[in-house]
Formats: sequence, C-alpha cells, structure tokens
Amino acid sequence: MAPLLEVDELRIHFRTDDGLVRAVDGVSFVLDRGQTLGIVGESGSGKSVTSMGIMGLHQGTKAEISGHIRLDGEDLVAATPARVRELRGSKMAMIFQDPLSSLHPYYTVGQQIVEAYRIHNQVSRQAARQHAIDLLGRVGIPQPKVRLDDYPHQFSGGMRQRAMIAMALSCDPELLIADEPTTALDVTVQAQILDLISDLQSEFGSAVIIITHDLGVVAELSDDILVMYAGRIAEYGSAADIFGQPDHPYTWGLLASMPRLDRERTARLVPIPGTPPSLIRVPSGCPFHPRCRYTELVGGERCVTEIPPLRAVRSLGHQAACHLTAEERARQWADLSAGKIPDDAAEPGSAEPEAREPV
Amino acid sequence: MLFFITRRLILTVFLLLLVSMITFAIFFLVPRLAGQNAYELAAQYVGRNPTPGAIKAVEIKLGLNDPLYLQYGRYIKGIVAGIHYNNGPDVSYCPFPCFGYSFRNDQPVWPQLISDAPVTLSIAIGAAVLWLIGGVAIGVLSALRRGSFFDRLSMGIALAGVSLPVFFTGLVSLELFSYKWAIFPNVHYVGITTNPLLWARNLVLPWLTLAFLYAALYARLTRAGMLETMGEDYIRTARAKGLPERRVVLKHGLRAALTPIVTIFGLDLGLLLGGAILTETTFSMPGLGQFTILAIQNQDLPEIMGVVMIASFFIVIANMIVDIMYAVVDPRVRF
Repeated sequence: MAPLLEVDELRIHFRTDDGLVRAVDGVSFVLDRGQTLGIVGESGSGKSVTSMGIMGLHQGTKAEISGHIRLDGEDLVAATPARVRELRGSKMAMIFQDPLSSLHPYYTVGQQIVEAYRIHNQVSRQAARQHAIDLLGRVGIPQPKVRLDDYPHQFSGGMRQRAMIAMALSCDPELLIADEPTTALDVTVQAQILDLISDLQSEFGSAVIIITHDLGVVAELSDDILVMYAGRIAEYGSAADIFGQPDHPYTWGLLASMPRLDRERTARLVPIPGTPPSLIRVPSGCPFHPRCRYTELVGGERCVTEIPPLRAVRSLGHQAACHLTAEERARQWADLSAGKIPDDAAEPGSAEPEAREPV
Repeated sequence: MLFFITRRLILTVFLLLLVSMITFAIFFLVPRLAGQNAYELAAQYVGRNPTPGAIKAVEIKLGLNDPLYLQYGRYIKGIVAGIHYNNGPDVSYCPFPCFGYSFRNDQPVWPQLISDAPVTLSIAIGAAVLWLIGGVAIGVLSALRRGSFFDRLSMGIALAGVSLPVFFTGLVSLELFSYKWAIFPNVHYVGITTNPLLWARNLVLPWLTLAFLYAALYARLTRAGMLETMGEDYIRTARAKGLPERRVVLKHGLRAALTPIVTIFGLDLGLLLGGAILTETTFSMPGLGQFTILAIQNQDLPEIMGVVMIASFFIVIANMIVDIMYAVVDPRVRF
C-alpha cells in the first residue's frame, strides 16, 4: 500500500523585494498511516512553511510551490484550490502553536468546533453540537456540556490547546499536523498535551507530523525524524538512528545543546555557534558550513563550494547531507557522546566542570 | 450581561446629570463669576432694546437672585415635570419636558426642537446607513485586493472624501444634479408623513454628500482593520478548517474588524443627531443644526442651552449604546 503522505522535492519560494526567499528547497519524505514524523530545526529552517504547504495554506500568497505532495496518492500541488480546501480540515488537519491567538475570540469554543465539523459533514446543528461535546470530553475537558459554550478566553492555556485538538480531530483526519503544539504552554501542561496527541493517534489511527525545535518533544513521540536546516534536509531517519547514531554535525549540535536526564549532570551543554542564515542569502555549498566545527576535516573548500547530497548511511532509510566520511562522523560522534567538548566551545577556566554548583 | 447593561444605564443617568450641571454652570455660573449681576444676566434673555420692566420681569421669572442650587433644582424640575415662570399675574408656562423658555419669542424651546429634529434625524440616519454599508464594503474589498487598481482608486477617492468639506461637495452636487441636469430639482425638506417619495428624493443629495465624507473615513478604517485581522492566527485556523474564503473573510475577519467601527459609528451618529450643521445649511434644510445657527445669531440663550443639552444627551446616549453593542460584539468585554 502506498504511504499516506509522500512529499517529493518540495520547493516553496517567496518572491520579495529583497530577493527570492527559498523557505523550503527540495524536501522529500514519506509518512505512513499511524506513524509519527518529527520535523526539527531552529526558527527559520522552513519547518512551518513545509507544513503550511502541505495544508495548502500558501494559496493566495505569493508563494511559488513546485514538487509533489501526495496525500493518499492525490497530488495536492497540482490539485485545484477548491479540492485542497475540501481536504483541509477533513482529511488533513492542523493544530497551531499559540492556542489563544489561534482560536477566534468572538465565538464560543463550541461554535468553532461545530463550524469545523459541519463544513465537511451534512449534519444537523444538534448532531454537530453533540459531536463537539463528545470531542471535548475525549480530549479531557471536564464538563464538556457546559464548557462548550465558553469563549476561548475563559479557558486555560492547556484547555485551549485541547479544544484546538478537538477541533482538528472533528472530521477524523488521516493526517494531523501539529506545529509547535506545546511551545506556548507551561512545562507541566506540555507533557499532558503530548500524551493526549499520542493517545488520540492510536485511537484514531491518524498519521501525525510534529513540528518543533525541541528534540525532547519528538524523542517521546516520533517514529521518524526529519532535521531541517535552511530549508533543506540535514538528516532524516528513524528516531532510534537520530538519537542513537546521528550523522550530521547540525544534529550533533542540537543534541549537545539539549539538557538530558540520561547523562551525567556535570556534562556541559554545548551551544551551536552563530545564528541560522537568512533564507535570501543561503550560504554556498553546505548551508551549515559557517557554523560547522568540522569543515577542516573535510579538506579543501568542498563545504563552501559543493552542496552535500542527501546520502544513505549505515541503516536503512537513514540519510544525511554531509561531506565528512562515514568513519570520521562515527569517530566525532563517539567523542561527543563520551562527553568530550569541542575545543572552541570550552570556556577558559572551566576545565573542572565537577566544581560547579549543581543546578 | 444584564448586570452589565444595568450598570451602564445607571452610569448613563449620572453622566446625563453631570452634563446638565456643566451646561447649567456655563450659562448661569460663568457669567456670575465674570462679574455680571442678576439684572445684567436677565437683560440677555429679553429681546433687543428691552424696557427695564421687561428685564426685571425675566429676572424674577428665572429667579436669578436665588442661590444657584435652587436655580439648578428648578431647571431639572422643569425637564422632568414642566415649570411655571411666575412674576405675579404674569406667568409663562413651560410644559414638560422644559428645556428652557425663550422669552424673546415667548415660547418654550422643546416644541421647536421637536419640530426640527425629524429633519436632522432623516439626514443623519439615512446618510449613516449609506456610509456604513458603502464604507465597510469598499474597505473590505480594498483590503482583500491590497495594492490592486481598485484599492488604489478607492483609497484615492477616500482621501478626497475625507479632505473635501461638505459645503464644497454639497454645492457641487447641487449645481450638477439639481440645477444643471435637474435629476433632483428643487431640493427642500418634505416631511416623511406628508410625502414619503418626495421626502426620499429630496434627501438623496444631502445623504450622498454627508455619506461621502464619512464613507471615505470608514473605508479607510475598515481597510486598516481588515488588513490587521486577516493576518491574525485565528484566520489561519479558519482556513485550516477548510472554510470557503468568503466565509473566512466575512464571518471571521470582518467580525473582528467591525468592533472598533461600531464604536466610532455610534459616536459619529450621536454627534450628527445634535445637528448636521453644514449639510443642513448647504441644502437649506431646517433641522437642529439650522436651529442652532439661528439661536446663536439671535443670541437666544435658552434656545442655545436647549440645543446644547439635547446634543449632549444624544452623545451620551450614543455612548451608552456603543458600550452595550461592544459587549454584544466582543464577549471579552462582558463582566
């Protein structure tokens, strides 16, 4: 059976007065039913633009889209806007980062869920209302019958996100895209929302794309992980591969800059130097080269002049775009995971990390 | 919600009292502070070249020698119950609601206000409907087609509309459509009960003239508001639900953009109801605005005071309605 979602050489460019913004530049991935894909990257890496592209939300803007997005075999890039609109909300749904600003302040939560349901289903107002009550109950909102008539501002942050999820699930979508679903929430609520998403996924059997800059979030939920940098794929593989044997210096940077409970607390966090590049002037060659610690190991100017292709590494389906040799990458990762801090990231005078106060 | 409305109503009553106090103070306290005595003050209420006896009579009738709070009390009593201005056997009766008594014309002010109000009401409400519908529609279309020829053209015209005064656009429209082409000949006010068709036909030019000014303003406001709301996250959510674009724009975008427009609309209308002075004068329609001009020209203080009171009442009431409307439109305001 064909995969539910197939994205093939997707390019989304925006023409602006300052030049062409290559927000997404040749991204390909597949997603099966019931599977979860995590898309990871810093701000401006193109992850949200990719998801909006899948939903067809760039219509009416100046976006130039090429490549293929096949949902259940149907190409959404070539489909008419009316067809994509039909699929939007019914076959694919999306939840957004900030649930307060993403819910309309002037309509009750119930009205907004009912609207989402009735636009795709010919049912009576009464039936839709009952459906909305069921949904609110299922996403864990107490007294759904009463809270249905509340306005978003009367909900807490976590409840708003639950309501958003209820709205997204109203038509039983086969694909659910969650764009930074926990970023605007309290840490304690974050875990609840992630649990809820994964519970509902197993219940509804939808495929889920989780977009985040937080590797901890995807570690918990994802089967596959796509690491994006400057609109391109840096690394793509199963969660086990990405966390166990990452093969791209950018992924190493993301992992090393994240505090982990399964490591000694004395290990220092290592930031990635520099900032993400402007998508108008993407660096030549490997877009990550200005921030990469390992360009000298490649030799010559290859990192600056030659774009590294996405190549298979070791295990099946694991791909990375880097000029380093496989042996060199294995060696560097072994050093990093052994707690060896790169020379340029070591702070002078902090040679004895054990001396620091525990936080 | 009911609590909210009740509170607003009570607040409005207090506001009206305050307005009446300030108005009263302007007419009766300020001259006194400026050094006028009761006789000199009374002299202003009588016609040109008055006899000392007539002035004295008014002084007694108005009780200008009484303490100010007594005078104010009588004034309020007049409004709610009517009042007899006594000077021995010489009595001027001002029935409820007494918004002053013009001693120059020897008649109460209220009936004059009432007879002139329909003209202003006709002009203001008709124009308001036109400019609200026209302005909002143009604003929405402009926002949706931002940067298009339509957008630039309508915003250019809107700029002209905001900049050109009513007495200019009004006179030009009169010259063109009434005299040159005689589509609306002989523009004058005809009561709606007398001849509804003639009433409407004669009001078309004043409506259009006044609506042009305000529609321009509202088109710009709506456009700005729509541009802002259409960029909101909840619009993206509405699109993500798969709603048709028309519904996204009207139900989700316009609904939010309308809130500030409702506010300004109430205030503008309230202000106009107190007298559309320029429009009435341009088209020679005897409404509250014309009444005000005449009262000022004749220096008839009770008439001026009456019209000031009425105009401020309209604004206060409009404010209250706007507040309540706001709560209806925006659930976050209900508390």
